[in-house]
Amino acid sequence: MKVKVLSRNPDDYVRETKLDIQRVPRNYDPTLHPFEVSREYTRALNATKLERLFAKPFVTSLDGHRDGVNCMAKHTKTLSTLLSGSCDGEVKVWNLTKRECVRTLQAHEGFVRGMVVRFCGSSFFTVGDDKTIKQWKMEAPGYGEEEEPLNTILGKSVFTGLDHHQKDAVFATCGQQVDIWDEQRTSPIRSFTWGVDSFSAVRFNPVETELLASCASDRSVVLYDMRESTPLKKVIMTMRSNTLCWNPMEAYYFTCCNEDYNLYTYDMRFLDKPITVHMDHVSAALDVDYSPTGKEFVSASFDKTIRIFAKDGGHSRLVYHTKRMQHVICIKWSLDNKYILSGSDEMNIRLWKANAAEKLGVMSPREREAANYNQTLKEKFQHHPQVRRVARHRHLPKSLYHQTKELRVMKEARRRKEMNVRKHSKPESVPLLTEKEKHVVTVVK
Amino acid sequence: MSTTETTDPAVLLPEGLWHKLHRKPAARYWKDPQEVARKDGNNVGKTGQQQAQKANKRRLVEDSEDEEQVLSGKSDPFPGPAPIPEDRLQKFKRKDKTKTSRSQHYKLKDIITRSEETSEMAQKQAARLDLVLPEDAGFLEGDEDEDTCTISQEDIADSVDITSATKHFSLKLSQFGPYRVDYSNTGRQLLLGGRRGHVACIDWQTKHLMCEINVMESVNDVKWLHSEAMYAVAQKKCLYIYDSKGIELHCIRKFNDVLRMQFLPFHFLLVTASATSFLQYLDVSVGKEVSATCTKTGRLDVMCQNPHNAIVHLGHSNGTVTLWSPNQKEALAKMLCHQGAVRSVAVDKTGMYMVTSGMDKKMKVYDIRSFKPLKSYFLPAGASCLSLSQRGLLSAATGDIVQVYRDVWSTPVTKPYMAHRVQKAVWGMHFCPFEDVLGVGHGDGFTSLLVPGAGEPNFDGLGANPYRSAKQRQEWEVKALLEKIQPDLITLDPTELGRVDHATFEMKHQDRVQALGFDPLAKQKFVPRYKKKGRSSAGNHEKRKRKVAHEDLREDIQKTAEANVTTERERKEKKEVLLSGKRSALDRFKK
Repeated sequence: MKVKVLSRNPDDYVRETKLDIQRVPRNYDPTLHPFEVSREYTRALNATKLERLFAKPFVTSLDGHRDGVNCMAKHTKTLSTLLSGSCDGEVKVWNLTKRECVRTLQAHEGFVRGMVVRFCGSSFFTVGDDKTIKQWKMEAPGYGEEEEPLNTILGKSVFTGLDHHQKDAVFATCGQQVDIWDEQRTSPIRSFTWGVDSFSAVRFNPVETELLASCASDRSVVLYDMRESTPLKKVIMTMRSNTLCWNPMEAYYFTCCNEDYNLYTYDMRFLDKPITVHMDHVSAALDVDYSPTGKEFVSASFDKTIRIFAKDGGHSRLVYHTKRMQHVICIKWSLDNKYILSGSDEMNIRLWKANAAEKLGVMSPREREAANYNQTLKEKFQHHPQVRRVARHRHLPKSLYHQTKELRVMKEARRRKEMNVRKHSKPESVPLLTEKEKHVVTVVK
Repeated sequence: MSTTETTDPAVLLPEGLWHKLHRKPAARYWKDPQEVARKDGNNVGKTGQQQAQKANKRRLVEDSEDEEQVLSGKSDPFPGPAPIPEDRLQKFKRKDKTKTSRSQHYKLKDIITRSEETSEMAQKQAARLDLVLPEDAGFLEGDEDEDTCTISQEDIADSVDITSATKHFSLKLSQFGPYRVDYSNTGRQLLLGGRRGHVACIDWQTKHLMCEINVMESVNDVKWLHSEAMYAVAQKKCLYIYDSKGIELHCIRKFNDVLRMQFLPFHFLLVTASATSFLQYLDVSVGKEVSATCTKTGRLDVMCQNPHNAIVHLGHSNGTVTLWSPNQKEALAKMLCHQGAVRSVAVDKTGMYMVTSGMDKKMKVYDIRSFKPLKSYFLPAGASCLSLSQRGLLSAATGDIVQVYRDVWSTPVTKPYMAHRVQKAVWGMHFCPFEDVLGVGHGDGFTSLLVPGAGEPNFDGLGANPYRSAKQRQEWEVKALLEKIQPDLITLDPTELGRVDHATFEMKHQDRVQALGFDPLAKQKFVPRYKKKGRSSAGNHEKRKRKVAHEDLREDIQKTAEANVTTERERKEKKEVLLSGKRSALDRFKK
């Protein structure tokens, strides 16, 4: 007779001393782990719920301005520095890690309209309602020294926006026309006009550095090449665009925020219809900024909310709002892809997390592993109705909620009316337009 | 070689400490003698030494990378990764490869191939780990012309080690019997419930008595709940829950006349079958009744669960076995298994086979995925109790004899694997998980039998771990509660949740309506505008409505007429071609 009976030595399965970690022998036999799909699904649902539970995006508020914050600029070299200009002409430099203002200067009389940090990070430019362009040193003046600009250029008209070239000592302003300036000269090296008298924003392309785009008051977005004397082309939309931002990774895409509550992503090669229409705001979108990865962008709106969109998502992924935040004028996505900065009417700059449920600070390896695992689970089960319902739910202020509903009713009424018109007119005389085609009037070259 | 290293840190350190920090490895014979000599020289600066080591390492790495050029000139006899046996790979296979069609979107194709790569890697890794699992299963082999069923328990106990020998024991409890038996899911604790009210829980390996009470009432069944801290006792009137010290925690009056119980560990559901033919589900994590179903089939005293999909099987006196889930008031399936009443049912761990025994003295094996009979055995005395072990051994009790069978579903069995006679008729039987032990409760107490090859040799430390500490148990409990599967996910096929749900047109339409806020396909009801001066009288109203209705109808008629005309024309053209006889070779491609 040959016999063997299971007999385990407990020493192989129990830790030797209390100081050791517990021994965990594994056996991945599927029959020892029944219901694996159901259990994973439960885990995914829990993870999704926890994500919503931990979604606390607001980090801090920086107060100190004595009027509404009108523009902001990211420092090109240091992550912790932020510059902001307000409606009373004051410019403040903030240290974000200490959450304090490190420098204040009275830059202009009236609004500070635009601000940009030079690519080297040693100085910055401001434009204001007092028809001046000023260049300032980044370092604060020493003890006893006067706060004075490095350079002041007196323009002919009011400037409304400003952007600096990526590599060269060249910058562009907009106002009555789009001007290209050499830093060394006091008059523009080139001026572009195209039958309009007012521009609201100008931006250099981050990759094709000689290209720039601007938003004009005749409801158009105009593209220029700095090397040529005339603009390239423009697209005219049904409503005016406020600002635009280039995608830093796929720099042939740009997104403009429009007065008709939507944002439009265009491919600069094919302007005849936008790539994506981003809807969700219930009032005019005022500012937009891309994340440095180019996958997402954030938009600020007059409806007192900030929304984060995927670059090809028609609806927003996240919405941020607080009771105290008023109309959001300017928005920036920090260069480490972690934070969002918003400047609003009620004189505050707010710091938000770009990923609402992300944990700040150092994570232990096990914590990191668990977070990664949960992320994978959420992705795997994202289309299950229960999971999707939890993941999509956002609480909105009552007024916003009702406005959204009202807009939906209006849209439906418009659609119905159009349908009736089509029904009672000659076949094919009222064409069926898609949402993308609806908002473009024409493209001019 | 730099001999004039002035910035040697060793200079700054005391000599003893330097040696402690940089202990030199002893000289090995396989090392390059020149190298050793160079290292021996004390005048070598630290940086120089490090460089030499780095270079050495680099050379080694290069060697290992380039397998063709080994110093000895031999080639690697086992090139590439170690092969994995096919059966092990098959064990961890979850699903077949997805067929990619040409019409699929490139992004979808990419996602599918990537996920398949990961799952294949996981499968391979698991299979590799399976090769190095520490324990092997038990076995019993007789000498030539010796039947294993003639080997007595005493012989086995004599020939195994002492710790295993102590696992064969008998408890003589003739006063309150017969006994029902249950092992906890780790296999460490044993719960005994005597018919006349005696309830005891024992840490049976150490023989430490955890608690012993007499409930002063008849006991129908006992069952451990999710851990060894709580157990349920089905008493004469209602269901009670006690903790491991014997303190009564709950008395659940809603669950009355319970005869048999099952616990679904991943759902935290206690399933009870009562004499009044009610099947009830109790969620023990929140203490709520999930569902109660009147099965309308009389007294329910035969019950088991399918551990693969948490479906409850009930055996009835008319020879049928019914399958139940808490989500449906009707049975999921009814199978006529026996000519007489069903005496016992058992389902194996993989959820493939069901074994039943009936009053017609037969024991039958069914494939419960296809509901088809596989094997039928005749037992002269019939089996009153059936139990299946983790590795698929079947124990059947006929009167006071316990027989253990092997491979009842694959090969026709003629002889039992083991047999043992207990003192009185068997009342309850249970294989101990992760041990080669069969617990038998009978009229004269309890007997623990050694059945080599019954238990799963390798447990999973994060699941049911027999060696877990109190802290580990607590952590496991929290995790398990968080992962509690909702009762509405109990279905016949537990993998259904992971499959693509091909939504029907109605479902898609419903989703669309919800997303849009209106029904894009709905025909709007025409409501005539109100007109003044009596032009909105009921008759006029109706007339205007009818006018619109007529218009719609006309439109429809026009469309069908047009369609008819086109088909007619096509038909004619075809006919003409046929009649003319001028058929070209390309005509067959025409529609």
